[in-house]
Amino acid sequence: MSRTRRCRMDRLARWAMGGALGILGIAFAGLLLSVVMRGLPHLRPSMLLADGQGGGIAHALVGSLCLGAGASVLALLLALPAAVALQRAYAPPRIAEAAALVLDLLWGTPSIVYGAFAFLLMVWMGVRTSLLAGILTLALVMVPVMTRAMTEAFRSLPPELWEQATALGATRGEITLKVALRQALPGLVTAFLLAFGRGIGDAASILFTAGYTDRLPGSLMDPVASLPLEVFYQLATPDPTVQSRAHAAALLLLILVLGVTLISRALARRASRHRL
Amino acid sequence: MTHIHIKNLHVAYGSHTVIEGLDLEIPDGGIVAILGPSGCGKTTLLKSLNRLLDLHEDVTVRGSVLIDGEDIYAPGSDLLALRKKVGFVAQRPFPLPMSIHDNVAFGARLHELPTVADRAATSGTVERHLRRAGLWEEVKHRLDAPAKGLSIGQQQRLSLARALAVEPEVILADEPTSALDPLSVRIVEAQFRALRQDYTVLLVTHILRQARRLADYVIFLYDGHLVEHGPAETFFNAPVDPRTQAYLHGEIS
Repeated sequence: MSRTRRCRMDRLARWAMGGALGILGIAFAGLLLSVVMRGLPHLRPSMLLADGQGGGIAHALVGSLCLGAGASVLALLLALPAAVALQRAYAPPRIAEAAALVLDLLWGTPSIVYGAFAFLLMVWMGVRTSLLAGILTLALVMVPVMTRAMTEAFRSLPPELWEQATALGATRGEITLKVALRQALPGLVTAFLLAFGRGIGDAASILFTAGYTDRLPGSLMDPVASLPLEVFYQLATPDPTVQSRAHAAALLLLILVLGVTLISRALARRASRHRL
Repeated sequence: MTHIHIKNLHVAYGSHTVIEGLDLEIPDGGIVAILGPSGCGKTTLLKSLNRLLDLHEDVTVRGSVLIDGEDIYAPGSDLLALRKKVGFVAQRPFPLPMSIHDNVAFGARLHELPTVADRAATSGTVERHLRRAGLWEEVKHRLDAPAKGLSIGQQQRLSLARALAVEPEVILADEPTSALDPLSVRIVEAQFRALRQDYTVLLVTHILRQARRLADYVIFLYDGHLVEHGPAETFFNAPVDPRTQAYLHGEIS
């Protein structure tokens, strides 16, 4: 290839990459702008205080937070031990690889599948939609994400950590508890919040399981509203005032996810800087 | 003094044999340098002595290593006691994610040594071993600071202090100066020289001059085989094997 041709190819590649980035940028900016422009005028502080019957979205916000917090804590209880057990020191490489494959598959499974599965189970057991059912289903959606991300956090630990702690006479359990967890903390926090972010924005898994209501949740056995389903249902109504609530809910959801992402990044950065 | 006796040791990673039929009695006390070109099995030999090889996948060890008469590869041998007795300083230091103070106390606390029974005892112990590793003066005002903040040279001396605090009888050191700047090398070498009175130090090195400076006894490996071993003076001045002679003359490195 001649030199001018190589230079031309190089320029072409740069344009192509720039173009792709530009298209992405415009699409996201458009999406953001439309959510902000439609949502912002309707997002009043009073909305955050009243529930659906009072014209607000407090029920959906509280519902989403309950679902997200409950499910991510539950998922943590499963994901952390699983990720610990999949460390090199415990799991033979073949098992760890197989587990990673399965987790990737589950990660990619549409959450409506989880929802449908949980719904079938609920019908079979004769259980109604409730906060508890929503939390359990959402936790199922979160576990693969959290476990996979935590496995990566452990995997990225330097082998010297294990070697030198072992040489000092530490057992595998002691190394995990006293050294590896601490060293991997930023990655573990990121994994937790990644799963939380995925869960709180998810509508499909809670569609059949958490149900929908205008009211604040009273107990674990009550149906509960959520921001994604608030958007889904209210946008479908012809009433513009109800629709405006959907826009406000969408904006609030966006702010929530953005907040969680920013906090997780800041925490991870802080933890790695102050890592003892 | 602890006595190490290696009998017919074979080590292989998968199908690749690294050490083949090695028989050796290691003299007690002083600095024993393990010399040889890279890839000849020096580090593998070293890590076979505290069973750190166990961490590698796919490794097979045959033969026996007797430490004070006990075969450390016998089924059911006490690995924690072995690693208490045989300390290790790695090629690249890795400070544990905790303070300088806690790094030094870490191993001793695991083994519940009386030297770390309470706070006062612990701080005395930490000071003693940091002094021994030649690091005390530099860190005495920031013992609670994260160990990650130390320079590489300081981290390596911290590794030494950490290993010493477990009160081992043997110290295995795997090219402990290879990642260090010249000044740190001098400091670390001085610490090792000071240790030779009380410990058996096995020092893997591929730096001939370092072995000349430090060694009391030399073991020369070539391609997984033990070629020659003997007191440093004899080894350097009157080597017998032609491969040793070639190595000492810089023809193989």
